[in-house]
Amino acid sequence: MDTSIRDIDKKKFKKYAFRYSKERGETAARIRIPGGHIEYENLERIAKIAEKYGNGTIHVSLRQGVEVPGIPLEKMEDVKAELQPIIDSMNINQDNPGEGYSASGTRNVMACIGKRVCPFGCYDTTALAQRIEKAIFPHDLHVKVAMTGCSNDCAKVRMHDFGIIGMTEPQYNKGRCVNCGACVKWCQKRSVGALEVVNGKIKRDPKKCVGCGVCVAYCPTRAWSRSKEHYFRLTLLGRTGKKNPRLAEDYMKWVDEDSIVKIIKNSYDYCEKYISPEAPDRKEHIGYIVDRTGFEEFEKYILRDVELGEKVEKNPRLYWGGKHYDRW
Amino acid sequence: MGYRMDRTEWKAVFDELGKTYRLFAPVRKIGEGRFTDVDVIRYDFVEDPDEIVWDERSDYSFKDSLIPLSETMFFFTEDQVKEASIDERPVIVFLRPCDLNAVKRLDQMYMDNGPDNDWFYERRRNKISFALMGCDRACENSFCVDMGANKSDEYAFSIDMEGDGFVSDVKDEKFVKAFADHAGSEQAVEPHYITESEYHVERPEDVPLSIFNDEMWDEYTRRCINCGRCNFVCPTCTCFTTQDVFYTDNGRVGERRRVNASCMVDGYTDVAGGLQFRKTNGERMRFKVLHKVYDFRKRFGYDMCVGCGRCDSVCPEYISFANCINKLNRRVEELEAEK
Repeated sequence: MDTSIRDIDKKKFKKYAFRYSKERGETAARIRIPGGHIEYENLERIAKIAEKYGNGTIHVSLRQGVEVPGIPLEKMEDVKAELQPIIDSMNINQDNPGEGYSASGTRNVMACIGKRVCPFGCYDTTALAQRIEKAIFPHDLHVKVAMTGCSNDCAKVRMHDFGIIGMTEPQYNKGRCVNCGACVKWCQKRSVGALEVVNGKIKRDPKKCVGCGVCVAYCPTRAWSRSKEHYFRLTLLGRTGKKNPRLAEDYMKWVDEDSIVKIIKNSYDYCEKYISPEAPDRKEHIGYIVDRTGFEEFEKYILRDVELGEKVEKNPRLYWGGKHYDRW
Repeated sequence: MGYRMDRTEWKAVFDELGKTYRLFAPVRKIGEGRFTDVDVIRYDFVEDPDEIVWDERSDYSFKDSLIPLSETMFFFTEDQVKEASIDERPVIVFLRPCDLNAVKRLDQMYMDNGPDNDWFYERRRNKISFALMGCDRACENSFCVDMGANKSDEYAFSIDMEGDGFVSDVKDEKFVKAFADHAGSEQAVEPHYITESEYHVERPEDVPLSIFNDEMWDEYTRRCINCGRCNFVCPTCTCFTTQDVFYTDNGRVGERRRVNASCMVDGYTDVAGGLQFRKTNGERMRFKVLHKVYDFRKRFGYDMCVGCGRCDSVCPEYISFANCINKLNRRVEELEAEK
């Protein structure tokens, strides 16, 4: 073994997104891909790192990043140099050029493919993932954000601290409706059954409607169209893990993008203040902190400078369920 | 009489026409398409000539102007009926040669197909003049040239972009003054039209009876989702169905509407007693295709389809009507060879 790595600051290399491996003397380089969308040049650069420094394989991670395993610890600085063009081209916030990823606590912001490809995507998930990445990185606190284009929730956002679900408010042009029945049928089959025919025209139950846009996608006459505004459902504080895994609960419906970005940013101040001093490596899911302080205190922080639109339906108090493996 | 106008002069003509006429033209509806942040080009009344979409075919045709998607025909009480009023002002519809050829098909069905004219159609038709927008290039999926619908001279006036300005051939006397007063110069003008469309189709002159149960339609039973988009975008589809609506507070008064119908959508061939004549999508496809390129011709002497290609472009299942015509032609040739 190279003597230069006999005494190496593990906490530091973990911070810079290199994994502590069970193989002594080895590491894996973790590369964030906000929204899971990446240019082919960067994939080629990653492939080159795997070929040159790793064991020739690449692991596609569960959070849409990649890891290049089998890198000798002494090659970390060389790898950082090769990561730099990736970091530059992906416009990743970095404290000091050349240091690799400046933080690894906050996790890769995940997104489904969204409106760029998916017919049901209600917004550009990739762009919002990149916007949120810019807003919150680099940060050491353990925060998980995921977003999905529509109420199908292919991204499984309810297992994350902040879950963002795209919505559209269906707009009905009565004069273009011929009562072909497509929207009613498909809302029933593919969504929640919020539509019914009344006197040859369609009545939408706004309480039931989840804003998925299935009616718009199936309407053959453009009687249904999407709202000009992109709306979202924001779900809070879902998590996986050992103690109390649970699905997120709905916090807001019909909220806008700017408010969501503010809410996520604000949550860091709350965490800084209330995170347990006992938390290993300052790593504690926000949900557990909120379980201690109460939701009201959390809400006081996250709603700072947030101006909600008139349409927003906010859940005043959230109650989570899930399994409690820590309470027997 | 032909005229040449720069943009300002054309706008002056347009504004002049707008004083008397309501102007119905293809416009871009931002974000109103099927998918997020996707536009749709459809017809609407315009006040500014710059609203008119020139560089793309409209996704939906001009036919709303004659047969609205949904139209209240009359109101009824216990013993009285009153026809719904419509805007009495005359209308100019801006449309392409294929669509102007489609007008002939609509007129055929509503005003020359039986002893009486359709009163509701005719009252709109009598208010409309047509302005022909010429074509400089073939639209996606179009086959208008093969359908003989790539040009038309049935217009009140034509309007084409040429260089930085516009040229117009005015046929209808009542529009001459607006152009003569504002146009920069006079010149001979011929409306633009294309002579090569994107696709070619070959239609059978006759079809054997066995085609009705031929297995060539089975493919569409599997592929088609009977959404009816092909009918709703078609400039020549004329079918409607009626709805009698009883106002809920009273129940003894109400209105009769008619709405566009589609021979692909469930319910089209339902009759009293629960019988359904065309159950499978393949049978519906057969009916539609033969109606457009065979049955209509047998009755009126020319084909109904104008080859605009909208149905091909709108189909969410990538079914090509044009290709189906060619498949039909090949199948008929095969069947004839077998004989």
